[in-house]
Amino acid sequence: MTALTTTPKARTKKNAGVVRRRATLRMFTYLGLGVVGILWILPLIWMVLGSLKTQAEILAKPPTWWPREFTLENFVKWFQELNFGQFFTNSVVVAILTVLGNIVFCSMLGYALAKMEFRGKKILFGAVMVTLMVPSVALFVPMFVIVSKIGLVNTYGALILPFLTQPIGVFLMRQFIMGIPDEIIEAARIDGAGEFRIFSRVVMPLCGAPVATLSIITFLFSWNNFLWPLVAAQSQDMYTLPVALSLYSTGQNSTDYGVLLAGSVLVIAPIVILFLLLQRYFIQGVATTGLK
Amino acid sequence: MTTTVSESAGAIARSGRPGRPDMRKRKSARTGRQGLIAWLFALPFVLVFLVFMAIPLLASFAMSFTDFTARDVQSPLDVSVVGFDQYVALFSDTRFLKSLGVTGTFVLFGIPITIAIALLLAVALNNGIRHLKAFYRALFYVPVVTSIVAVSVVWRYLLQNDGLVNSTLAWFGIQGPNWLHDTQWALPALIVMATWRNVGTLMVIFIAGLQSVPEELYEAGELDGAGTFRKFWSITLPLLRPTLLLGAVLISVGYLQFFEESFVMTQGGPLDSTLSTAYYIYEKFGFGNYGLASAASYVLFVVIAIASLFQFRALRSKD
Repeated sequence: MTALTTTPKARTKKNAGVVRRRATLRMFTYLGLGVVGILWILPLIWMVLGSLKTQAEILAKPPTWWPREFTLENFVKWFQELNFGQFFTNSVVVAILTVLGNIVFCSMLGYALAKMEFRGKKILFGAVMVTLMVPSVALFVPMFVIVSKIGLVNTYGALILPFLTQPIGVFLMRQFIMGIPDEIIEAARIDGAGEFRIFSRVVMPLCGAPVATLSIITFLFSWNNFLWPLVAAQSQDMYTLPVALSLYSTGQNSTDYGVLLAGSVLVIAPIVILFLLLQRYFIQGVATTGLK
Repeated sequence: MTTTVSESAGAIARSGRPGRPDMRKRKSARTGRQGLIAWLFALPFVLVFLVFMAIPLLASFAMSFTDFTARDVQSPLDVSVVGFDQYVALFSDTRFLKSLGVTGTFVLFGIPITIAIALLLAVALNNGIRHLKAFYRALFYVPVVTSIVAVSVVWRYLLQNDGLVNSTLAWFGIQGPNWLHDTQWALPALIVMATWRNVGTLMVIFIAGLQSVPEELYEAGELDGAGTFRKFWSITLPLLRPTLLLGAVLISVGYLQFFEESFVMTQGGPLDSTLSTAYYIYEKFGFGNYGLASAASYVLFVVIAIASLFQFRALRSKD
């Protein structure tokens, strides 16, 4: 139902002009959206095309639109000389472990906050709120000192542990679990099931939808996370993809655009493919949590 | 919504079997045991919260009153307390003040532009067309999922002196500036890129807001002879105000922290014209001056915390 559908009452002869005007307006909207849409996606198309050009062609003035000669040399360079496999593995391992941790830990806390009565619940909830409000930029200096002190610098631990219970995930799970009828849980309690059993056998199997949203939000966050990995990963074998790309792009190869664009494609493509496949969950994640 | 439903359901269940004393007693015993189990459920969060949130937050505060440097990492307690010296140094550093100005400009221009475009797209998608809605929504949302680092590389390439943007402008006979090497144009270029990347988020939130505007209001407006623009101005905008506020606060928190764009595209230059506060903090950290970096991050933290409080308010009033 759009605002432009006319009600039967309004559909009189007098309104024929209005209807025609609306059709024109709608046509212009399609046209405008088409133009803006092309502009919108242009940077990403330009990235893909550039990544397939030879070094000589990329320097050509004026720039060529369609590659005269397609080449994969820029991608080959990432795989053969630039350790792409290592960076990709790091990004994937960190993202997947972060997601798994969040699924389990956010659900656990969400369940406790939603369905259990205990002392200190308000304080705990306050702690989650604080976590939501404190930006990483305010924390990375002391975090680095702490992580150095416990000997975690330059390990997967440093890249994963700080992000294992994202507050957004806690809210998401709590909100959903609150909607599960108390009767189901009470019935399980009367049957003598312990809380862990209720959580894992009764509650979690109902949580498919929020877990999907949570997984996607967390994966996206981890894949694109930058400031902390930049600080915590100190050698090539720990770099995640954005860190590797940023350092390559600001070092002595900063004008090596063929390789840089190929690197950008390699960082962006997996997440865009994931987005196109699971669009619904991405957009639901934004709309329901109202948070990035 | 779900909250109130489950709470009232609970209330009914409770009032259904009133005041049986043994029941109440058993319940309080259970609450005690449940308390222990509940904290077990919360344990992973509590640990992460203590080690990576509470302690750093306090440590950062403490560090901002010391002369902590990179050399003190192994023996953090040997540093000397310098009182407010770091804050004095900070606010007498013209580069820090400049960075506050740059961040402020980024936020003050970035937010209205992002909101305006997102709102325009949301209205066009929700009310202006009948087909291809999902297609356009996905199209405008794609930049949101991309890595800022990667798109910064791409935009740096687009904005080169002889890049796509200037070549296109040259077509129309316009001599474009050397965007990222021009003190006047570098920050606007970064704002445009941030807008491009963030519009999708707000667009989705605004579409959700638009869909909650009751259809009857538009019909009533039509009967009163209101045109498309009048309906937008007098019905849509007022009803959408809480959603717009939420959106504004939401992205302001992100914009206040902008860092990657400067790091990849300009390294804070030219002549500090894109030096964000986050970049300034990172730079001081890189120089090993942890005390000063902590003081600067506390200043930024307070600003962001205030914005977040507004966010919390906005979220609440939306519920």
